Order: sequence, then structure tokens, then C-alpha cells
Amino acid sequence: MSDQTQNTPTSSLSAVAANRAETKVPGSSPLGTGLEARGVHAWFDKHLALEDVSLDFSAGTVTALIGPSGCGKSTFIRTLNRMHEFIPHTSMAGQVLLDGKDIYEPGIDVTKIRLQIGMVFQKPNPFPSMTIGENVLSGIKLAQLKIDNRDELLEECLTRAGLWAEVKDRLGAHAGGLSGGQQQRLCIARALAVKPKVLLMDEPCSALDPGSTLRIEETISQLSKSMTIVIVTHNMQQAARVSDYTAFFLSDGGPGQMIEVGPTNEIFSRPRDQRTENYVTGRFG
Amino acid sequence: MSVDTPAKVIPAARKITTKPRVSDQIFRGVVTTFSFSALVILSLIALFLLLQGFSTLREQGFGFITHFEWSVATDDSGKEVAHFGLQAMLVGTVVISFIALIIAVPLAVLTALFLTFYAPTSIKRILVTLIDLMAAFPSILYGLWGYFVLMPMAVYWAKLINHWFGWIYIFGVPQPIFTRSPFIAGIVLSVMIIPIITSVSREVFSQTPLDRIQAAYALGATKWGMIRAVVLPFGSGGIVGGSMLGLGRAFGETVAVFSVLNIVFRSNFQILFTQGGNVASMIIQKFGEAGKTEINALIAAGLVLFILTLLVNFAATFIVTKTVKSGR
Repeated sequence: MSDQTQNTPTSSLSAVAANRAETKVPGSSPLGTGLEARGVHAWFDKHLALEDVSLDFSAGTVTALIGPSGCGKSTFIRTLNRMHEFIPHTSMAGQVLLDGKDIYEPGIDVTKIRLQIGMVFQKPNPFPSMTIGENVLSGIKLAQLKIDNRDELLEECLTRAGLWAEVKDRLGAHAGGLSGGQQQRLCIARALAVKPKVLLMDEPCSALDPGSTLRIEETISQLSKSMTIVIVTHNMQQAARVSDYTAFFLSDGGPGQMIEVGPTNEIFSRPRDQRTENYVTGRFG
Repeated sequence: MSVDTPAKVIPAARKITTKPRVSDQIFRGVVTTFSFSALVILSLIALFLLLQGFSTLREQGFGFITHFEWSVATDDSGKEVAHFGLQAMLVGTVVISFIALIIAVPLAVLTALFLTFYAPTSIKRILVTLIDLMAAFPSILYGLWGYFVLMPMAVYWAKLINHWFGWIYIFGVPQPIFTRSPFIAGIVLSVMIIPIITSVSREVFSQTPLDRIQAAYALGATKWGMIRAVVLPFGSGGIVGGSMLGLGRAFGETVAVFSVLNIVFRSNFQILFTQGGNVASMIIQKFGEAGKTEINALIAAGLVLFILTLLVNFAATFIVTKTVKSGR
């Protein structure tokens, strides 16, 4: 970090945020109404980990969830596509609406929900027994979707994930041979293949080197034109670089709460809450 | 580093030694002794089989494996003429074990999948205990059950299969006698090897990396889809390894097979017919009334079985460890 940024970290982050193209106005996108969380609570056993989070993710925007470890942001993102319930003895309350429809409604087909709300995980997790090409199309096969042109979709997804040029000559090779960054982009391509409306990314770059991180951030910027993205990140620079909106989560020893949400440049330049300011200026966390 | 330094002297690697405490040395001695005793015992058994069976192997040569007569007679001059051939017994052993695997593997894999991914904890605990108990059950009880309970039913199934599929060679019979057939012995064996295949498969399935499982679910997979895409490819080595362990047991099983199989020295691939072979059961059957020459032949048969079982177990271990290492 240069001297200047050390003196005024807040303004530097807000400068990064302001450098982004104009913040998108919610509801201005023709991509549907997006995803809305309404009073979401989450428990592990009897332990309340997340309390009363309401947050709108407008279609076609990128929202970053930031906050120190243990603040519930990963738990929150996992309630958004019903991955939270895979951990035994967990429960949740509240609603998550996709285009106005509650994804926790009884009798809903949860596999269809997850097709519309894709997810990229912290650690790259391609299927090692499948080739690169098979990995990309694995979602199609798993969900038994019909596709017209396999090769076209393969190229489209890999191109959008920024991986096509690197792998186009070895689509039949096993995915285990790729580097970590390439594997993560492969996972993004795999998530894109089923054409989700929303893409959730849970610290997608935390296991990657800076070069790969940059490639993924470029990918996110490209994708945000056509879908809604929610990204959990520990890296505030990253939040400033890629997101339109930022939500700050914090736990004061009790359950995690959302402290405030707003356009990214406002969160980094003039947050309303003192705790947010303390966090984004690096005074703690 | 400056350029004009003289050639670097690379020191020889230091020898790193530690002096363990006496208590540690004693313990080390004890565990080493005990772990090698298994090897010693196994070697001694092999040596015994080799020494005792050697005369037969030398006399019969390769025919000991390829011929199928088994007779000792005295000719006119009072000389003993012996023909010992294991072919029918070896064929029978393989046929029965194969039948057992065909029945046991699907059942065991499905059971393991149920236990790992579907069963609620309480049911899981009970079932795992029961299945482990199945493995510890004395084989004579399987034999009795096979003879008195299973056989009457299995004869009926065999008749049905023969009625509808008798035109396929292996389901045909020269005479309509369906008791004590390789088919029935195979069913009994399958019940005996289900526990080992189940427990190895379950172990491997439960090690399926969580992130891959989540990846499949996040792509909209159903549970079955997830199992097919992630768990089965990951666990395939465990299934194969467990099956090989089961096969090892099936090869060596004696009493249970003996109770439900009619042992005849003729290779038979018609599995529903009352005629089969099994090396271990044959040894038991002949042992009581055997003379010295025949005893040697039986021990040689034991040696062949020993080697066969050893090979299968080695293969199983190899496959299992290789799978665990590659993590697939």
C-alpha cells in the first residue's frame, strides 16, 4: 500500500468503488425482480447464527457481503439457495423470494430452485472423475435438461467464465490437471451452463493467487450484465472493485446481523453506522 | 552474492541420529515382534502346505490343476495308482463365488448407500450393528439355515428360472434335480459376504468429499443424481475392493457350502443342477477317510486354495489403497 492509501484508506476504497461504471438502479434491469431475503434467521442446532436479515438483490446487480469471520455472511448466502439445510440439525426462519416466489414454500421442487440460483464455492470443486467438458455440462446432465447444441453451450460458458482460450484444446482432459484459478473458473462455467438467474459466490477467490483473482473479478464484471450476483468476500478491495451494493455483517458475540447496506461507494466513503466505518477503515476485523 | 567467490563447498549431508529412551525401545521391540508374528505364522502355514503337498504336486504335475478325476486304487501288482485333479473343484469354487458376488454386490452397495445417505441416525446405528453381526455369525449356522430354510425355497426359484430360461445353457439341467446346486450354495455365500462388501463400501462412501456433494446439489442435482455423479465414481474403488475381500472369503468358505452343495468331480456350469465343486468343502469331505497319499493330495489342494485366496486378497488391498490415495 502506498503512503497515501495508508493515510486515508476509506477514501481510497471509495475511489475504487467510484471508478466503477455508474451504480445500477434497482429494478431498472429487464431480468426480473431479482432475489429478496425477508427476515431471514438461521440456526445451527439451538444456536442462532443469523438474526433477521432483510436484503434485496435487484436483478442485474452485484452485491458484496462483507464482515469479519463468524458474522454469518456465509450462512446467509447459503440460505439463499437452500444449501444451508444440508448441514444436519440446522433450521431457518423468514422468506427468500425469487421473482416474488418463496423458495422455501412447502412442496416446491428444490432442485429447480438451485438451477435458477447457482453457487460457486470457496474451494474450487470440479468433479475429478469427469473431463473439463463433462464438468461444464454436468449440471445439464444432473438436472436432465435438454440442450440443442452441446459444443456451442460449452464454448459459451467457458468463454463467459474466461477459460475458453486456455482449455479449448484439451476439453477431454481431466479437470484435476488445471490450476486452482482455472478450476475455479471451470466451476463458474459449470454453474453458468444451467443458465441461472442468480449466481452466489462464497469467497470465490480466497484460495487463489492475485492473478487468478483478477481474472475472476473480470469474469464477475462480465457476468453482471446478464445476471444477479451475490458475492461473499473478505477482501474489501475486491468488494469495492466488483460490487454495486455492499452489505456489512457483524456479530457482537451474539447472532450475526446485517448492520447496513447501500451503494458500494457510499459504504466505503460515508457509511451511516460507526461500526461499518470502523471495519472498512481497517480499525478492526 | 559476489561473482568472484571461490567454488562453493557443499558439505556432505549430516547424519541425523536420535537416541530413544529405553522405555521407547522396549515398546518398539514389543510391537515389532507382534506385528511380524502374523507374517511368521502365515509363512509357516505356507511352508507346511508346501512340504506336505509337495509329493502330490511332483507326481501329478500340472495335471493337479487341469484334470478332474480324484481316485486312489491299487493295481494288480499291489502298487498304488492315484489320480488327483482339482479342475472340477476349482471351476466349482469360481462358479459359486461368482454367483455369490452377482447377488451380493448390488445388495451391499444399495445397503451402503442407504446407510450413508438416507437412513436416519437411529435406524443406521441398529442396521450397522446387525450387519456387523452378520459377519461374525458362525458359518455352520448359515449352512444349517441354507439347508433347512433356504433350500426348499431356492429349489422352487430354481425351477422357475429353469422353466423360463432353461434354453440358456447355464440355466438348463440334464435331470430335474435342483437340490444342493451351485445356485443354492451361491445364495448362501452371498448372504455371508454382504456384510464385508457393505462395510467397505460404506466406509468409502462416507469419505466422499463434502464440497463435491455440495457442488452437485448446487447444480440442481437430485439425491440420486448426486450419488451417481459424485459418490459412485468416488467410491467405485471401494466397491471393487470390498467385493474382492468378499470373494476372498467366498473362495475359502467351507462348512456352509458343504451343507448345501453336492460335490461331484465333474466341471459343471449348469448352476441349477445338483452338482458342484468347492476346494475347501472337498477337503473336508475327503479328509476323514483318506489314506496317506490322499492326505498329501488334500494338503496340496489346500495350498492351491491358499495361493488363490492370497492373490485375491492382494489384489483387493492393492485396489483399495490405490483408490484411497488417488482420492477418486
